[in-house]
Amino acid sequence: MRRDSALYTVVFAAGVCVVCSALVCAPTVLLRQRQALNKQLDKQQKVLIVAGLAAEGERLSGPEVQRRFEQGIVVRAVDLEKGEFAPDGAVPDLLGYDQRRAAADPRLSVAAPPNRARVQRLPRYATVYVVMQDGAPAKIVIPIHGKGLWSTLFGFLALERDVRTVEGIIFYEHGETPGLGGEVDNPRWKARWQGRLAFDDRGEPKIQVIRGPAGPPADDPYHVDGLSGATITSQAVSHMLTFWLGEHGFGPFLTRLREEWRG
Amino acid sequence: MSATRKALFDPLISNNPIMLQVLGICSALAVTTKMKTALVMSLALTLVTGFSSCFVSLVRNWIPHSIRIIVQMTIISSMVIVVDQFLKAYLFEISKQLSVFVGLIITNCIVMGRAEGFAMTHRPLISFVDGIGNGLGYSLVLMTVAVVRELTGSGKLFGVTILRPVTEGGWYQPNALMLLSPAAFFLIGSMIWAVRTWRPEQQEQS
Repeated sequence: MRRDSALYTVVFAAGVCVVCSALVCAPTVLLRQRQALNKQLDKQQKVLIVAGLAAEGERLSGPEVQRRFEQGIVVRAVDLEKGEFAPDGAVPDLLGYDQRRAAADPRLSVAAPPNRARVQRLPRYATVYVVMQDGAPAKIVIPIHGKGLWSTLFGFLALERDVRTVEGIIFYEHGETPGLGGEVDNPRWKARWQGRLAFDDRGEPKIQVIRGPAGPPADDPYHVDGLSGATITSQAVSHMLTFWLGEHGFGPFLTRLREEWRG
Repeated sequence: MSATRKALFDPLISNNPIMLQVLGICSALAVTTKMKTALVMSLALTLVTGFSSCFVSLVRNWIPHSIRIIVQMTIISSMVIVVDQFLKAYLFEISKQLSVFVGLIITNCIVMGRAEGFAMTHRPLISFVDGIGNGLGYSLVLMTVAVVRELTGSGKLFGVTILRPVTEGGWYQPNALMLLSPAAFFLIGSMIWAVRTWRPEQQEQS
């Protein structure tokens, strides 16, 4: 067969495809478990940090993350439509449940109403994390996400037992400009959230990231400093909180939880 | 100088893929705001260029001329996916920061350029060395740019604070321009100018 005949070309191309697919498949299959574990541990660690069960920048081994997580946190599913905890078993395998994948599945989600966080779809069930202290619920961690300048930011918001005071905020995935919007990861900025109020007296979401610096939490409880040079990312954080704390997000659930935990 | 040494060291200064050939600029802009990401990107690209050149050279005498580019692309993309999978499994934090850029090594002109321009006509071992050499040339520029950008843009090197910024209670006012892509253009431009002043033979005749 000549090197440039059509038949040889097709056979050669097929051969290259077979060899290369084997080459690509082997590590993908062999490393899949490790990668999934990394992802899960990363997320669990972020939950621990936002809940105050691990320090920012603390180097934790995988087993240590799992130990603290199992000890201090109860994972629950929330029925977003009804605004209450889903009954046990409504979401089989809650730890492995992927809210993002569910939001992409038409059977497990609904279209979101137009919103400034630019959330497209809402899953029926969302995963929340109840932080336990001495056997009683002490904090609640909810997932949040929304579009920033370049990317969708995914993160968590932790509220204290009064379901009104912010304990912390953290983002575990985003692609904003390092040094500008990427400063959402700056520990000093994140520390400015603690003690501010997410809801006003009537239970309406009120917290906003403003332009420029905000006062101390006691005087200026509903505002957080904007990120300099990152107007759009700052606004995105405001919009996403307004959405997820509002009536289409976790609003009804958090209102109910506030009553429940007060009693 | 032996041919092997020439293949390895020539791409550092005298035939640098970024500075002389002006290839692979896109990722040089994107991943150089931090030294850590620049280093991992450099390693990834060096390995991919080395191994893909080696594999392309192994099959160079059997590749039909009409589909040679697509065959090279297939080999390169396979290498990139393998590297990406390893990063996700063993360097998860960094792979998150590099996000799409590892995947984009596939379209990096340096890899393709070495496969088509060198590996198609040379033996596997020397092609491998040539790939590694060009990867190192790319790494040299990337790391230089990253040192300047991370230091002036965030006052850090490898994430360790050197110049304490005002936002953290220090005196240094970080230069936010250095964190944006144009800064890398200025830096690479200055480096090209410096090298071509030092080595006038690199200047192009107009």
